[in-house]
Amino acid sequence: MMNITFKRSVRAAMAILCAGALMAGASACGGSGSSSAGGDKVALLVSTLNNPFFVDLRDGAQAEAKKLGLDLQVSDAQNDSSTQQNQAQNAQSQGAKAVIINPVDSDAAGPAVAPLLSTKLPVISVDRAVTGEEVDSHVASDNVAGGAQAADELAKAIGEKGQVLILQGTPGAASTRDRGKGFKDEIKKYPGITIAAEQTANFDRSQALDVATNLMQSKPDAVGIYAENDEMALGAVQALGAKAGTDVKVFGFDGTDDGLKQVADGKLVGTIAQQPKELGRKAVQNAAKLIKGEKVQKTEQITVKTVTKENVADFQ
Amino acid sequence: MSETTKVVEGDKTKDGTFDQVKRFVARNGALLGLVLLCVVLALATPAFLTGPNILNVGIQAATVAILAFGQTFVIVSAGIDLSVGSVAAVSSMLVAYTGASMGLPGWFTILVGLLAGAVFGALSGIANAYLKLPSFIATLAMMSVARGLTLVISDGRPISTSGMVNFFGTTIVGVPVPIVMMLIMGLIAAVILNFTSAGRSMYAVGGNMEASRLSGINVHRTQIMVFLLSGVFAAVAGLVIAGRLHSAQPQAATGYEMDAIASVVIGGASLSGGKGKVSGTFIGAILLAVIRNGLNILNVSSFWQQVVIGLVIAFAVSFDTLRRKEDAH
Repeated sequence: MMNITFKRSVRAAMAILCAGALMAGASACGGSGSSSAGGDKVALLVSTLNNPFFVDLRDGAQAEAKKLGLDLQVSDAQNDSSTQQNQAQNAQSQGAKAVIINPVDSDAAGPAVAPLLSTKLPVISVDRAVTGEEVDSHVASDNVAGGAQAADELAKAIGEKGQVLILQGTPGAASTRDRGKGFKDEIKKYPGITIAAEQTANFDRSQALDVATNLMQSKPDAVGIYAENDEMALGAVQALGAKAGTDVKVFGFDGTDDGLKQVADGKLVGTIAQQPKELGRKAVQNAAKLIKGEKVQKTEQITVKTVTKENVADFQ
Repeated sequence: MSETTKVVEGDKTKDGTFDQVKRFVARNGALLGLVLLCVVLALATPAFLTGPNILNVGIQAATVAILAFGQTFVIVSAGIDLSVGSVAAVSSMLVAYTGASMGLPGWFTILVGLLAGAVFGALSGIANAYLKLPSFIATLAMMSVARGLTLVISDGRPISTSGMVNFFGTTIVGVPVPIVMMLIMGLIAAVILNFTSAGRSMYAVGGNMEASRLSGINVHRTQIMVFLLSGVFAAVAGLVIAGRLHSAQPQAATGYEMDAIASVVIGGASLSGGKGKVSGTFIGAILLAVIRNGLNILNVSSFWQQVVIGLVIAFAVSFDTLRRKEDAH
């Protein structure tokens, strides 16, 4: 009897040890999660790291946290709002002094941060806003302005006349709406330009390859394509082949590494460089200020920059 | 199967023309749907029925078709493989990584990719056969593991691929390589299913696992084989995606498993196993590609596209139910 109980408890202890070892192993693998152990703990809740843009945002935040001596804990919600809500709860219970949230979904982020705000924990939203709750600071690119800048630059490239196509982002996403609105409002100022078609490719390169191929089939006279992110612009360039940059001008949005490379090669007429690292950096700066009780701007607009062949070297 | 067909044929003399038409429609629902759709699109827009656009549809169907051919093995043997999109992504990422970061020669990286597909597939198969995990669960787990590894390898960023890989996305003397790959893989799948003992075992295991075991079929080996094949087919699809984009994308083929499963089912396979044809799967994949192509060409609002695609899948599969009722008569 004794023996069996003993065996059982040994087995239980072994199981706990194994689980512990596994978790230690996992956290060693994901060691990038925390940068320095000393300073105040700040949680960064990223919507997804399955996208170079947010990887850059994280990198910018980590670099700034290191500089300011903060202990930055990064959580990836993998585009799942309820995961993000759990992560917000965890951040609070683990004693974070400030929480930076890059919402998976603006609406769903409201209830996720409400309990944090009610305990006066500073919350900063970055890139996407939180709906229904007043966060301490919102750091974002100006997508509407970016769309307008893209319209002006694309209009110039096609001689202010002809048909243009729009590759839309994920239907319903705020960035899709803002980038589309900025572009369409601005392009109205050019009477010679018509929007021949607008179709979604869900911000995805391989979908854009197919959609752009199909659109060029139905609108062979199109001379310009506005893609609401660089991934889709690169898909369009692939679809156009030799026509890209010559017969048809493609304009992107984001300023990713691949996008900038194609701008330098002349395949893309240009892109709107968001500054994801700057977004991350500013969010961490504001977190540091809020922890010290200093005042910060309610809305921090990070400017977006028009990148063309002339100035692309400054961004690479 | 064959008995019911005979009975139906014997009844033919008694049937009215209407019944014969009804039966023909039920048996060839997907094909008729495809023809009907093409006629409607051709009437709706002159841009649809052109040489280049038909090639476009073929190229755009290729990836899903190759995934669906692999999926056919699994569904015929009464399983399901949710991991095909992720396995396509991880194997193409391994191809790109071994090429770009380790500098290995192109042909070798392609072998690595195919081998990775086989290993990931076989692991799902082993989990299904020996750990007795339902295939839905085993491959759901693999879907997550493979996508995660894709992100780990790539650090969330696209990796450029070598010229050898990009060959899979090019056009050689007017013939697009993705279409050639689709036809080759379809042919291989058809040969395996129709002309090998392994293929016959798949139908047997899908039809009645216990009876197959008792009649001496190695059920475990068959189960592992179907997932291994599905993994290899996914790896080939991954090569085509990477070749078309000149890069391996971390989020490549997300959600493609649903298109692959839909293609197989539209093609007349039964999700309860024992039934399915490669030719049907091929028609299913082409049907989905034609719908997407047509919606783009007609400039249908992106909000409505998902609704339309869902309705077409439901409509096409309802033929399957109708057909099964006919067979049961």
